[in-house]
Amino acid sequence: MLVLREKLSEIYENLGLPRLIIIAFFIILLVTAAPLGLNVGSLLSDAIRRWAMYGVLVLAMVPGVECGINLNFGVSIGIVAGLLGSTVAIEMAIPNPWLSLGAAMLTGALVAAPLGIGYGVLLNRVKGSEMTVSTYVGFSIVAFMNMVWLSLPFRSGTLIWPLGGQGLRNTISLADSFGGVLNNFMGIRIGDPIQGPFIPTGLILFFMLMCVVVWLFMRSKTGIAMSAAGDNPVFARATGIDVDRMRILGTTISTVLGAIGIITYSQSYGFLQLYNAPLMMGFHCVAAVLIGGATVKKAKISHAIIGTFLFQGILAVALPVANKLLPGTNLADVMRIIISNGIILYALSKTKEGN
Amino acid sequence: MTNISKEYYGNRVLKNVNLQVESGEIHALVGENGAGKSTLMNILFGMPVIHATGGYEGEIKIDGQPAVIDAPHKAMDFGIGMVHQEFMLIPGFTVTENIKVGREIANPTFLSKMLGEDLEVLDVEKMREDARVALDTIGLNIEEYVRIAGLPIGYLQFIEIAREIDKTGSKLLVFDEPTAVLTESEADHLLEIMRLIASKGIGIVFITHRLDEVMAVSDRLTILRDGEVVATLNSKETTVERVAELMIGRKIEKLIEVTGDHRILSDTDIALSIRDFHVDMPGERVTGLNLDVRNGEIFGIGGLAGQGKLGIPNGIMGLYESKGTVKVFDKVLDLAKLGEALRSGIAFVSEDRRGVGLLLDESIEFNIAFSAMQIKGDFLIRLGPISLFDWRKAREHALEMIRILDIRCTGPKQSVGSLSGGNQQKVCLARALAMRPNLLIVSEPTRGIDIGAKRLVLEHLVKLNREEGLTIVMVSSELVELRSLCDRIAIISSGKVAAILEPDAPDAEFGLAMAGLRKEGASIA
Repeated sequence: MLVLREKLSEIYENLGLPRLIIIAFFIILLVTAAPLGLNVGSLLSDAIRRWAMYGVLVLAMVPGVECGINLNFGVSIGIVAGLLGSTVAIEMAIPNPWLSLGAAMLTGALVAAPLGIGYGVLLNRVKGSEMTVSTYVGFSIVAFMNMVWLSLPFRSGTLIWPLGGQGLRNTISLADSFGGVLNNFMGIRIGDPIQGPFIPTGLILFFMLMCVVVWLFMRSKTGIAMSAAGDNPVFARATGIDVDRMRILGTTISTVLGAIGIITYSQSYGFLQLYNAPLMMGFHCVAAVLIGGATVKKAKISHAIIGTFLFQGILAVALPVANKLLPGTNLADVMRIIISNGIILYALSKTKEGN
Repeated sequence: MTNISKEYYGNRVLKNVNLQVESGEIHALVGENGAGKSTLMNILFGMPVIHATGGYEGEIKIDGQPAVIDAPHKAMDFGIGMVHQEFMLIPGFTVTENIKVGREIANPTFLSKMLGEDLEVLDVEKMREDARVALDTIGLNIEEYVRIAGLPIGYLQFIEIAREIDKTGSKLLVFDEPTAVLTESEADHLLEIMRLIASKGIGIVFITHRLDEVMAVSDRLTILRDGEVVATLNSKETTVERVAELMIGRKIEKLIEVTGDHRILSDTDIALSIRDFHVDMPGERVTGLNLDVRNGEIFGIGGLAGQGKLGIPNGIMGLYESKGTVKVFDKVLDLAKLGEALRSGIAFVSEDRRGVGLLLDESIEFNIAFSAMQIKGDFLIRLGPISLFDWRKAREHALEMIRILDIRCTGPKQSVGSLSGGNQQKVCLARALAMRPNLLIVSEPTRGIDIGAKRLVLEHLVKLNREEGLTIVMVSSELVELRSLCDRIAIISSGKVAAILEPDAPDAEFGLAMAGLRKEGASIA
């Protein structure tokens, strides 16, 4: 009995109250789904798809936190860079979906890198209030890009408004470029060939690949120096590490991952969403990594993996359950807002020193 | 104040201290850092820190009446004022407002009659007049309506004094290191003002490290050492040398036994050479320092807090902006380049263990291997263009260091934040040694660690020096410690070398050097 209690309290210590509540909530949702006549298998497969789809975006939080800029609310910078890369790839009209995806990611990363460097330089000037500044930088870049989307000189028919002939559409189909290319790679459908749950193997593999890349980086000499700079800047300086440069590096990696993340997301979703769509995405990424157990000072890759699964899993399951229970309401969306903002609030209240 | 005793967490910092100040007397309170001067004054002011840690023993009498002072405002009611070392002034307020804050003169209005005193209107004219009188008394030529922000530092000190003078019914004024930030002529002026205040029948307690000022201005002086009153003397009947000796004097107990010295030290074989060195470290400024450390010696750097001894290592390591010439084994360091000292073979154990010295959340093995990995590229596995951290090698090394330095822990994976101070210090030392330096700088190596760990750390330093010929520079506030293992000791005062002394030099010489009275040793000894 005593051993069990110790075990339980250890688990509690490791997970923390908020994570326990969310795991419990997730299980309750799954249990209620079956008697409501919902297909638990397809709910789970949906959860898995969303997990891998959002994973890279959330992974972008890890280098940001580790290099000391706290939670990168400004990941929207990377997101718009990724969107820009995607539109360029579509404009190039590459028939091979893999090449198209590659072109999108390459362009996205190339746009994201200099933006990330500039953003990192900016954050170095506002040490101590990075999160406030990054939130507004994130909002501003989305607003700025609204103008850019309207005035880009693209000609591709899938991109621009059918009437008027200028400016990009709100939602752009990826069917002719790289839509679903990762999802369908080695994809497995269980049971019914059309309705059965689908496992997007390629998408999961890609997410895992990105995790391994980030993991390798975090274990490299530079990655360790970067973590130290974020953890204790004075210590890092005393070891001859240029803290400001490390912060710029971390910010840039975070931004590039944001670009790759949104492309991964879009190819799975099948559409590019421009204009105000990326506005709150930074918040969702922050919420997910915090649910996974990260703090504003420490984030591990496992936090991103677990956090995304819980956050997206709840959304995937809660929406149909809520619709069954209370038809005609948008309870699920309310739930999502409460969870994502609540967890951000909880995590911020936990930060002891204001850096 | 009679028989005052005070314990902090079982550590007795004041033992039966008696202090009597008569009205109109300037009474100097002298002692090394940590002698108990600040604690005594905190008791006098009823500072919350005293009462939060269990109060004090003994009795305070004012004008013969026993007084209970358990809050700072009570001290003010009794007419005790203080001129602070750090200025307690509000930068955005004017001189008048700062002098009068909390004691404003106000006129009632109809609003205040209805809603209470808080809404009375300030009588700015009258306040200005009062402020003017106070400023004139101390001969400060400054408009009473200018804002504090931007005034030169010397003025701030005088405005503080003006504020204390303006308080009616002051009986006792405490000056805590008032001359520390002043120029020489300002300091002279301040001493004059002190005499003037005393002549009005106000008692003055003058806390300072500068013994020449004490002799110049005080009537009597009390010397504190390790929380005890060593002596109360009439200033006229004693000498600076005598005071210095009493301040330092303690039986020389060697902390460790040093045996088997086969080193050959030569004045031409220099490990570290510093010329015209300036470091801009707040509170520990170094101003134009010259120093030579011989290859293979243990060189001590001592001095009182705030005199700049800590600025020397921090400047060399590039943690604070510095200028001048630093040569390590004939290689000139580029002080502007971060990590230059480390790459030149200097390792540093910082005085700020928890802040600078360690990554508290990380494991022992990681902390020990960190610098060597970053600077020397040890503990790395190379895979083509990327090099990954070699945990296995770091663990092996950590286990060895844990054994050698006797680090008490549950294993190399324990986080250093959960170790005791002494064991943390050993980890810091292990980290520095992992770099296989040819010059080791340790700053306050025994601060806040228990006696057992202290001895082990010091013994290990000596062992490294004797057996491996490692040159060590040791910066410490503990003179006993420096004297028990160093070959030579430089005493730093006002950012310069006041003297370079042999460890068995007389106490008085150390005391005088600390008080900044010996300058002839400032050239290279």
